[in-house]
Amino acid sequence: MILDSKIPEGPLAEKWDKHKFNVKLVNPANKRKYEIIVVGTGLAGASAAATLGELGYNVKAFCFQDSPRRAHSIAAQGGINAAKNYQNDGDSIHRLFYDTIKGGDYRAREANVYRLAQVSVDIIDQCVAQGVPFAREYGGLLANRSFGGAQVSRTFYARGQTGQQLLLGAYSALNRQIAYGKVKMFPRTEMLDLVMVDGKARGIVVRNLITGKIESHSAHAVVLATGGYGNVFFLSTNAMGSNATAAWRAHKKGALFANPCFTQIHPTCIPVSGGYQSKLTLMSESLRNDGRVWVPKTVEIAQRLRKGEITVNDIKEEDRDYYLERKYPAFGNLVPRDVASRNAKLVCDEGRGVGASGLAVYLDFADAIKREGQPAIAAKYGNLFEMYAKITDENPYERPMRIYPAVHYTMGGLWVDYNLMTNIPGLYATGECNFSDHGANRLGASALMQGLADGYFVIPYTIGDYLAQTPYDKVSTDHPAFKEAEQNVISITQRLLSIKGNRTVDDFHKALGQIMWDYCGMARNAEGLQFAKQEIRKLRDEFWQNVKVTGVNEELNQTLEKAHRVADFLELGELMVDDALHRNESCGGHFREEYQTPENEALRDDENFAYVAAWEYTGPGNQAVLHKEDLKFENVKLTQRSYK
Amino acid sequence: MDLTLKIWRQKDRNAAGQLVTYPLKGISPDMSFLEMLDVLNEDLLVRGEEPVAFDHDCREGICGMCSLFINGRAHGPERGTTTCQLHMRHFKDGDTITIEPWRAAAFPVHKDLVVDRSAFDRIQQAGGYVSVNTGGVPDANAIPIPKTIADKAFDAATCIQCGACVAACKNASAMLFVSAKVSQLALLPQGKVERKTRVENMVAQMDVEGFGACSNTGACAAECPVGISLDNIAMMNREYLGAKASSENVA
Repeated sequence: MILDSKIPEGPLAEKWDKHKFNVKLVNPANKRKYEIIVVGTGLAGASAAATLGELGYNVKAFCFQDSPRRAHSIAAQGGINAAKNYQNDGDSIHRLFYDTIKGGDYRAREANVYRLAQVSVDIIDQCVAQGVPFAREYGGLLANRSFGGAQVSRTFYARGQTGQQLLLGAYSALNRQIAYGKVKMFPRTEMLDLVMVDGKARGIVVRNLITGKIESHSAHAVVLATGGYGNVFFLSTNAMGSNATAAWRAHKKGALFANPCFTQIHPTCIPVSGGYQSKLTLMSESLRNDGRVWVPKTVEIAQRLRKGEITVNDIKEEDRDYYLERKYPAFGNLVPRDVASRNAKLVCDEGRGVGASGLAVYLDFADAIKREGQPAIAAKYGNLFEMYAKITDENPYERPMRIYPAVHYTMGGLWVDYNLMTNIPGLYATGECNFSDHGANRLGASALMQGLADGYFVIPYTIGDYLAQTPYDKVSTDHPAFKEAEQNVISITQRLLSIKGNRTVDDFHKALGQIMWDYCGMARNAEGLQFAKQEIRKLRDEFWQNVKVTGVNEELNQTLEKAHRVADFLELGELMVDDALHRNESCGGHFREEYQTPENEALRDDENFAYVAAWEYTGPGNQAVLHKEDLKFENVKLTQRSYK
Repeated sequence: MDLTLKIWRQKDRNAAGQLVTYPLKGISPDMSFLEMLDVLNEDLLVRGEEPVAFDHDCREGICGMCSLFINGRAHGPERGTTTCQLHMRHFKDGDTITIEPWRAAAFPVHKDLVVDRSAFDRIQQAGGYVSVNTGGVPDANAIPIPKTIADKAFDAATCIQCGACVAACKNASAMLFVSAKVSQLALLPQGKVERKTRVENMVAQMDVEGFGACSNTGACAAECPVGISLDNIAMMNREYLGAKASSENVA
């Protein structure tokens, strides 16, 4: 299989404009003859569904939540990047492009990333026009802040809830199209299979989560905007329902899955407090603008602290190790996420971690409070401090926060070309669901940017090119391909319900998560990965013999919903391990212990691994087959990322 | 801690429901309320009983999916807190906790503690937007907005659409929810163009959905987990009167 990225010819800065001119257009009067399915209603899905509806296409949108407004984009806190250069501090499209390519450790496509930086400016205009209440200065213009390691202030934000405000903007645009009848919305409906006719994506099979009814929907194209797969780890900052099932079932129908091992571990989350824990809560990265990260200088002090013989405020200044400031004087506490996370793990592995479990570091605001006063800090971070206090019952104004890295985002996803089409004609993937823009590590405030770029400004152009070459004829849902896919869904469901074993779905999920976290988390090595692969296989075999799913299909059955998702996580987890095992280098969020510099930094191997690893499904239990798309860098020089 | 739970169980929309008592042991005060229910559900599953259905997703207090009427209060005893952010340290060993779904005619029960809040979506569809298509909009800084106005609009925009206001109201009124969106867009220059039709259409849809009238007791604002202010209702009433006095709804 040859992977054609379909990157347009010409100079980097002109590619997108040229491509927009070269794509075929669908006559306005003919758009209504096409149907498009959009699965997922987060930033990428809601923006795409709304915009495609505005253009005149007939759209069907699906989400598993009870309302499109609940998709997990809503939980993004920090902000959204855009190369507006409103602050006159030297930002530009090229700089945003460069920062994103470099931040991704040179494992993303230049052309895609450049386009992302280009359309970033349009996103902000669009959101403001919708009434998204971004933070403003007293003069009435938009405020910006520096975020996640950027040295310019290009992040637009809406207090600590930028994700909610952007999603409500997209949701409002979606609602308008629903009211016009251009978008038909199916909430509480989960995609369980992709339907292909003559090698093209022509529809989906879904389960109505209230009645259990299995239904088919036919269309001319299918857009998956179903988010990331961080919940493979069980504990993550994702929502409880976030899952990989739609993407994974498309993968099983032939869509390649790219760079699955590129997962982002976010450095500032509230540490795990007990075995009952169901999810991890992120503390916005913006806290690192004012908070200082430290652990005790010696293992002895850390031990006394953990035993409760001393408290944090007893530790003298000279006994504190501000390790990020020490190791990375230029960026200090603002190093990118992968670097911050790895260093937290390092100091905890040395035995210098804090908290009862020893798996935490301090994020200290004492200096900032001294410098700016408590009211100023409260104005910036009040809601985050409150959330921290609610969860931990500790007051972060009086003692430093305890934080630890947690799984947050997945850079990998379905392989797509420049048009965001997978290798299956007519099947698109947008937002976190695809692999395209963040390489091996995503920068802060770039996820919202990518989701909205894909939905508002990329797919509305590129999907037209495909549809213009697609006949109007509809495929009936009575077509054998639909019946076969429905039967497939019914048989998986029946199998899950009929096992009637002894172990709960959550129990399997937790066991999988533990394997993934221990061997395919912040640091990986060949031996551990090989062991993990065997363990996952064993666990998966046991799942299909011993899982306990109560109830029936024909009802609201949350255990059954979870069982479908965990069944897929058990397969995807193995692919992540395969990918991590084959990539004999360290880059971004993928840190292989065998490949590091003497200073414990990631050691890339550009000669052998500057490619996208796209995996093909070859049947149940079979080894996936690797396809490579070489990455060509013509506009940036590959360098060792240094934040010193 | 050991607890006694009384939980509303209802098979589906048409079935009659009832409170069922479950003893639960060994709950850690650091658990969230929903994690406590996870523990109950795992126990039920192991015993071969059907777990309790409840809505939840982000567990960070922002998606608005979780609900629950806990001991007679929407989202439980803590002010300004969604159920997912409520921790068991706010309860005592030996407590009996009654857990019910949102109770409102416009929010029919799907199952157990899961209710149908699609009425809220339909109200938003009736006018909760600025009618702009993607593209062709002015530069973001071409519309300066005074910070005080932007902040006020923001306060209204923080609504998470959970429905606690309706559950807390003795009339099951949705006024606080509807007014939050009406105020946000009426305050902002972008929303002023359609302010009259918007408030008329959203209020009309609210009435169609069967929500009750507002009698200004303020229970909604008191129980709102994100602190949406009662001022928004005053503002919506003003908007509504103004719109009706010079209606642009010609249809």
